Amino acid sequence: MRITILPTRKQVEIVGRRRAADVLRELGFLPGTAMVIRGDVLVPENSMLEADDDIEVRSVISGGAPQREAAR
Amino acid sequence: MKCTRCKAPAEVQLRQHNSNFCRACFLFFFQRQVERAIEKERMIAPGEAVLVAVSGGKDSLALWDVLVGLGYTTTGLHLSLGIGEYSDASTEKTVAFAAARNLPLITVPLAEQGLAVNDVAQLTRRPACSACGTMKRHYFDQLAVDRGFPVVATGHNLDDEAARLLGNVLHWQMPHLARQRPVLQPTHERFVRKVKPLFRITEYEAAVYAFMRGIDYVVDECPNAVGATQLVYKDMLNRLEAASPGSKLTFVQDFLARAQPALASAPESPPNTCTGCGMPAFGELCGFCRLVRETETKRERRAAGGR
Repeated sequence: MRITILPTRKQVEIVGRRRAADVLRELGFLPGTAMVIRGDVLVPENSMLEADDDIEVRSVISGGAPQREAAR
Repeated sequence: MKCTRCKAPAEVQLRQHNSNFCRACFLFFFQRQVERAIEKERMIAPGEAVLVAVSGGKDSLALWDVLVGLGYTTTGLHLSLGIGEYSDASTEKTVAFAAARNLPLITVPLAEQGLAVNDVAQLTRRPACSACGTMKRHYFDQLAVDRGFPVVATGHNLDDEAARLLGNVLHWQMPHLARQRPVLQPTHERFVRKVKPLFRITEYEAAVYAFMRGIDYVVDECPNAVGATQLVYKDMLNRLEAASPGSKLTFVQDFLARAQPALASAPESPPNTCTGCGMPAFGELCGFCRLVRETETKRERRAAGGR
């Protein structure tokens, strides 16, 4: 499957079908820190991704606020 | 995997709530979570106009969208921070969001006032996030007061609050712990109420909401956030969450229920009035005026050929 990782825009290929959670783990994401997107729908972490899927893995983590008060 | 609520195929799995949701049920769940937080914490009174601080990121745009959906009268406030292409994209997304929904938006371009975050940070040698936070707090209060908004809503989520709590506990920052609440009441006539309606919503949930609602937000991370301590804390908390789902929510909720009331009962000394701008200050000048003066001084020295 072809995977685009955001925000880095890195492209990755993984051979064979996998559970979404396993793909996230292989890419170094902790559970709940990235969305797995196929087309215009989200893929739950325990669902399967097929070998010929085009997938977007989008990180959801943002930050950088000063310690005194996180101001976003 | 089926939706816990309606048994349709689920699109999202929320381990901390032991629930799976289809799109329609997730959006309902999200809106109800925010609605309950607002009601329980008495964040916004009926009929109050809300100034929503919007960065162009997922959290603040999701917040604005859900507040509009809940029927609140809102105006967006966006500071164009002057952090290169990142800020340009953030402003573009925010303006497009407001225009598409016909929502009022106030935009403050900091660069036009000589206060682009990167310039200020470079001139004053302060951390960019510190300078950015000081300016945001100043403009949020000043514009809210000047334009008659009693309340400012920000997009701080559960992950932000848990990371901040961890940082405050690791350093036993007692005054900061005493003020870490989802609602901050004004302590000066030129402060307004600050509320965080997403304080029980994870970053993941906010991102899922934005995605499902078709909100075009800035996915790129602020370049100044690279290596930020808050991200280290978030990573630690996400490792804990992976091993024990619900830890972040429990950490923040139990702090607010059990520890925070005792800390908050200590008397707070009210702020003075800044001699520079009339806003609240804890010295003669407020943090914003000190930052502006330092920036101007360094800029003049540099123009004169000094360092």
